[in-house]
Formats: sequence, C-alpha cells, structure tokens
Amino acid sequence: MSHPNAAEINTDVVIIGAGPAGLFTVFELGLLDIKAHIIDILPRAGGQCSELYPEKPIYDIPGLPLVTGQGLTDNLMQQIEPFGPTFHFNEMVETLTSVGTEHAPAFRLTTDAGKIFNAKVVIVAAGGGSFQPKKPPIPDIDQYEGKSVFYAVRQMEDFRDKDVVIVGGGDSALDWTLNLEPIAKSLTLVHRRDAFRAAPHSVSAMQELVAKGKIAFKLGQITHVEGNQGQLTAALLKTNDGAIEKLSCQRLMPFFGLTMKLGPVADWGLNLNENLVPVDTEKFETSHPGIFAVGDINYYPGKLKLILSGFHEGALAAQKAHRYIYPDKKLLFQYTTSSTNLQKKLGVS
Amino acid sequence: MVKINFRDTAAFYGAEPGGGAPTKVKITFVDSHGQPRTVEGEVGSTVMETARRNDIPEIAAECGGACACATCHVYVDSAWSEKTGKASQMEEDMLDFAFDVQPNSRLCCQITVRPELDGLIVKTPSQQG
Repeated sequence: MSHPNAAEINTDVVIIGAGPAGLFTVFELGLLDIKAHIIDILPRAGGQCSELYPEKPIYDIPGLPLVTGQGLTDNLMQQIEPFGPTFHFNEMVETLTSVGTEHAPAFRLTTDAGKIFNAKVVIVAAGGGSFQPKKPPIPDIDQYEGKSVFYAVRQMEDFRDKDVVIVGGGDSALDWTLNLEPIAKSLTLVHRRDAFRAAPHSVSAMQELVAKGKIAFKLGQITHVEGNQGQLTAALLKTNDGAIEKLSCQRLMPFFGLTMKLGPVADWGLNLNENLVPVDTEKFETSHPGIFAVGDINYYPGKLKLILSGFHEGALAAQKAHRYIYPDKKLLFQYTTSSTNLQKKLGVS
Repeated sequence: MVKINFRDTAAFYGAEPGGGAPTKVKITFVDSHGQPRTVEGEVGSTVMETARRNDIPEIAAECGGACACATCHVYVDSAWSEKTGKASQMEEDMLDFAFDVQPNSRLCCQITVRPELDGLIVKTPSQQG
C-alpha cells in the first residue's frame, strides 16, 4: 500500500455522485458516525433532479405530495447538513483501485482534477453516469471541439472580436448570447423555433438586442461547418424552409443540453450488465467487497429506477459499510424519533 | 387462491379479453438506414416503452419516460401524424434538445399506444444524444 502524503484525502467513504441517492446516503452514513466525501462532475448537487428537471414537479417522494427537482435537492442538502459532508464538484473520478482485502477493503481514487482519495468504502451513486454536453451530429465537428467549437465558456476573452454563432433556446444559449454580445465582433443566435425556454427577462433582453441590430437571430439548424486545422471559417445554416445560408464565423457554441455517459465507471473492474452495476439486495454491494452501488446505476431483479429506491438502498448499504469501517463495534438499530444519541448527531437534542 | 397475471397489463386499461377493443397493435420503427422493424405494442403503454421492450435501436430514452431528455425522438409518418396528435408545450421545449427536428418530430415517450394507432409507422433519427 502506498504511503499517503499530506496532499491526499483520507476518509471513511467516498460517494461518487451527488444526486438524491448519493445525498441521502450521507444521511444514513452520518447516523452511523461515518464521514463521507462526495464527488460529482456537475458544478452543484442534485444530479438529474437539478440538471434535467429543476422546475418539474415530482409526485412520488414519500411524504412529499409535490416537490420540484430543485426543492428536493435543497431539502436533502438541509437534511444532511449536520453531518458535514465535503463536496468536490466539477470533478470526475477517473481511477478506482483496490488496495485492501476482502474483509478489510481499502480504495484509492484519483480525479481528473488531480485529487487523491483514500477510503475504506466506495459508494457509486452515479445515476446514468456522468453528464456531458450533447454534441450535434455535424460532420467532423470533433476536429473543431476545444479550438473553435465550445460547449461551455471557459475564457470569455477567447470570444473577443470574433464572429460568434450560438445555437439553442435555453438559459445557456441566451445567457451566453447576452454575455458575449459586448465583446464579440458579431453574434448570431440560431434556434429551431421562435419560442424560448430561457428565463423571460433573458428572452426580452435578447429580443431588444435583435431589434437594435446588435445581434442577429436566425430560425433553423446548423448542419455543416467549414474551416481547417480546427479553426472554423463558417457554419452552414439550414433554415426552416429548407434554404442553406452560410454564416461566416470563428466560434460556434451549440447548446443542446446534457447527456449521460457511463464514463470511467466502466473501467473499474466491476461486473456490468448493460451499463448498470449488479448488486445484491441485502447490502447493495457490488461484485467487489467494499464497493456499493445505489440509485439508478445499480441493477437487481425487480429494480425500479425511482428516487425512493435509491434512499432505501443507501440505508442498507450504510449498515454494511459500518461493518467495514468499525469492525469491532456492534451496530445498534435506533430510531431518530426516540434515540437521544441519534438526535445529538442531528443537532436537535 | 387468486392468480394475478402481472404481464396482462391490458387488463388495467379496461380492454376486455376475448373481445372489444384490441389490446395489442402493430407499430413499425424504421431506422435511419431505412430498415423497418414491426413489433407489437400494448395498448396503454407508450411507443417508447414498446421500442425498449423490443430492443429497437436508435431509441435511447435516457430519462426513462419523464419527458426530460429528448433521446426518444422519432419522426411520425405523415399518414399518422393526425392520429398521434401534436407535441405538448413541455414536449416542444424538450425537442429543443433533439437534433434535426422536423414538423413531424415527436418524443415517443409522450405517445400512448391506442387501438386507433394500429399500424403506426415512425422513423428514428441517426443520433439521439
């Protein structure tokens, strides 16, 4: 086993994924005095709930007749607050290596941000995998990605004095239209219809810029790009009546939302069944002792991809995790309603 | 002892066994290379679920039918677009995340299989996500 140095993070549990299943698992672990670090590729907690449907109502959370994806995330964050989990956002776990034994598991994880974690237990709560931008089916677009085609803005200066084309009708497309307009040489917004999902004030601000002639708005879809060595010279617009129009540009930003890719989970040596991780239904442990999988990413006979299933799975995984982390302690089953011990941990006693 | 056949979901939707409205209809999925696949869809389920149960390619359905991902995009054959109806406002918003959206584009998790859709033809795009 390698010698951990000061830059490494040592913890009981690493949870991969900060969606509802991962968040509630923090709670169940916390009741058992187990500390967790949570890693997520997204910039915030909530997973699919906050990324795919923050405003959509959810009706099947027990005890909550109606809650939005964001509301549920906020509630879970409040619920786990007493246990002080440490979040590592905008990071993806790249490698997971077993450095322990069957009865005393230990793991070493590395992220794409260069962090190293040493943990006794790993709980994979990665849902459908990691969220990545959807790439439009434009021939050869991969040759331009990161050079002149971007799915996110890392440095605004990179767009100064450029002819910029932005595609989409949601908040990302509209926000960047408004933010880049002052520094771009020209800006064209392309969308398939004259209706926008983005916040109404962004839409009216955009329409004002169009009315003043500061930006252009085109109805249609980008079908091809032209350029060389990764540098764009033009994007071809297919208008809704079928005509092709060439838009000179040096920057293109397509905003088609996010898609889920399994990503590095496939490389960790776990058994996989159609991109899902098989687990037992007693402990929700994978084929590898000490690695658990909860929520949408796991599979077992009768599995339902419901948030409430993830909650149940996290609770049972925590029980087994306790045996690995505190092998000499006997686990007493207690209720939060009556146990002053648990209430102290929750900060309500 | 009461024997419940959970597979007979049509019973939940009021279709009478041995008569009345059909409980299964034929749906043809034509892939982006022009290959047709005709399968049976159960009345009351969705066209997306029918595709998934029958391993139809080019339907991803990442979100599982919540109208939250736009990866079950199909083009409804022109002869059927009136019967399938138009996309709702929420579905139109989600179609913004699909590629090469046409006037006959729908998200097939939002099309419920009904007896009058027997023979439905939909085409799938080359790329969903």
